[in-house]
Amino acid sequence: MAPRTLFDKIWDHHVVETLPDGTSILYIDRHLLHEVTSPQAFEGLRLAGRRLRHPEMTVAVVDHNVPTSDRTQPIEEPESRNQIETLERNVKEFGVPYIPLLSANQGIVHVVGPEQGISLPGMTIVCGDSHTSTHGAMGALAFGIGTSEVEHVMATQTILQRPAKNMRVTVEGTLGAGVSAKDVMLAIIGHIGTAGGTGHVIEFAGSAIRGLDMAGRMTICNMSIEAGARAGLVAPDDVTFEYVRGRPFAPKGDDFEKAVAYWRTLSSDEGAHFDTEVTLRAEDIAPSLTWGTSPETVLPITATVPDPAQEPDEAKRVQMQRMLDYMGLEAGQKIAGTPVDVVFIGSCTNSRIEDLRAAAEVAAGRKVADGVRAMIVPGSGLVKRQAEEEGLDKIFLDAGFEWREAGCSMCLGMNPDRLTPGQRCASTSNRNFEGRQGPGGRTHLLSPAMAAAAAVTGCLTDVRELA
Amino acid sequence: MDKFTVLSAVAAALPEANIDTDKIIPARFLKTTRRTGLGKHAFDSMRYLPDGSENPDFVLNKQPWRQAEILVTYDNLGCGSSREHAPWALLDFGIRCVIAPSFADIFFNNCFKNGILPIRLPREVCDALMADAAMGSNAKLTVDLPRQVVIRPDGQEVPFEIDPFRKHMLLEGLDDIGQTLKHEGEIETFESSVAKELPWMPKISFD
Repeated sequence: MAPRTLFDKIWDHHVVETLPDGTSILYIDRHLLHEVTSPQAFEGLRLAGRRLRHPEMTVAVVDHNVPTSDRTQPIEEPESRNQIETLERNVKEFGVPYIPLLSANQGIVHVVGPEQGISLPGMTIVCGDSHTSTHGAMGALAFGIGTSEVEHVMATQTILQRPAKNMRVTVEGTLGAGVSAKDVMLAIIGHIGTAGGTGHVIEFAGSAIRGLDMAGRMTICNMSIEAGARAGLVAPDDVTFEYVRGRPFAPKGDDFEKAVAYWRTLSSDEGAHFDTEVTLRAEDIAPSLTWGTSPETVLPITATVPDPAQEPDEAKRVQMQRMLDYMGLEAGQKIAGTPVDVVFIGSCTNSRIEDLRAAAEVAAGRKVADGVRAMIVPGSGLVKRQAEEEGLDKIFLDAGFEWREAGCSMCLGMNPDRLTPGQRCASTSNRNFEGRQGPGGRTHLLSPAMAAAAAVTGCLTDVRELA
Repeated sequence: MDKFTVLSAVAAALPEANIDTDKIIPARFLKTTRRTGLGKHAFDSMRYLPDGSENPDFVLNKQPWRQAEILVTYDNLGCGSSREHAPWALLDFGIRCVIAPSFADIFFNNCFKNGILPIRLPREVCDALMADAAMGSNAKLTVDLPRQVVIRPDGQEVPFEIDPFRKHMLLEGLDDIGQTLKHEGEIETFESSVAKELPWMPKISFD
């Protein structure tokens, strides 16, 4: 057999049948549900009189809509409450395993999946959420789907797909001080652009990627979608297997050893063909952030805001100027030193225990700057509990951060955590689109350490200066 | 799902790249449990001023483009979230066809599932179609799916590519699930072979 990529191997292993025009019926091992993109799919099943084929391969959790403050009171917002109650009725009717709001296991679906051992190497994993790419860090083929496809998976446990092209992004070398997985991914997106990965699945490789812990790999794969890719992947290795071992839904005992033997076959063969190859040197990556309203508008923190006048393409020039106006920035100004109003540390990109430790290291012994609202939103109830066991909550609270309950929170402004018009936010989330964090809100994407640095100085800051 | 065959309609030009799904339908409008009714929020931040009144400068607020059924944009249309609310909002507004040099993958898929035809055409062709669109109701575009051509007001025909399977599904207004369930036997065979090969595959239950 010709050498195959990791993507090819997982794909081939899940093809039920390929139709004459090249579309494949692809089997799905794990289907994750949340309250926002599932109600219409359940309704579709009900109207067609169809059953949900495999509830034991499906898990539902509430995350997008939920308040991250006190949860013992009923949810105030009637539409949010309705969406959550609708999910609760649906999981009951169709027998889907469900993690309720008040469970310690509740959290952001892309934090919960790996944490519970629901997402495992070699699997196909889908969810009605584009950041499903996160689970690619497990060495799984994981991608976001629309609600019609959610219904299709519910009814058939398969999806109709054509194979993606293969891209490999190799990052070799050693990351510098203050440089994290988030900076690596921002640098990659800045390099290839938000459509750079369109039609591709990206395998992340190289010594700098191998050197990352699982949380870092999840951050990288999470933002594959911001590079336009269908999915991101990291080949599973001992770091992965040790992460998986002992998790609630991981195979146990002999089964675990059998699973690992299979998982060890999951890497790209020597000589496998990649349609596109991109290489970055770890040493070239600085602590980075975005200046505009597209995730590709990436700058090292030491840089100045670009000048639209230098852009030859008229449509792009107009768009750059529009971004500067929206963001309230001037061409040529230093990005460092720009005052922030809000700091948000959380989201499926950066809300794991490792992310909170990185932020706490910067926050320890310092105070949130006057006039800045700084929020820490753990990715799950279990992350929150572990952070409290490690005393991180105390560090944050002493410094003046808010210590909140798990959920998507300010990443997408569909729960009470939102920016108000004109507010500038240093955010560890994944999208800086206009209005993403609330109408008129201004988002700078950056790492947890950089976000914490912004909180304690009150402005966008090179975290290395606080070392 | 409505069939898509031949559409002759007013086209609106949105000469921007990277029109993301938050722009097409902001997250705060995703709290519905229905597929319909989102048209009034389509392009909310571009269509309405901060006080909630219509932005008179936005193309879809002007005549005849309020009746537009075709949208023409630049690259990477529909990037961002997987929300199917984006094509639902477009459809509810009345859009049946979107034309751009490139699309984000999930949005592209989601369009087909809702009877919206996404067409990839080179940037210079999109420029020409945008110029046609600017002429308003005197210059309707015709999208002929059976023949796979866009017909410009001057009669020029621009051919486009589409997967045969997707074309068939659109022309007939078919539901994917019904099609896939015809292969239920193959799905069962696949499931039993995986159960033998990977017997350790865990099942999820909180009971």
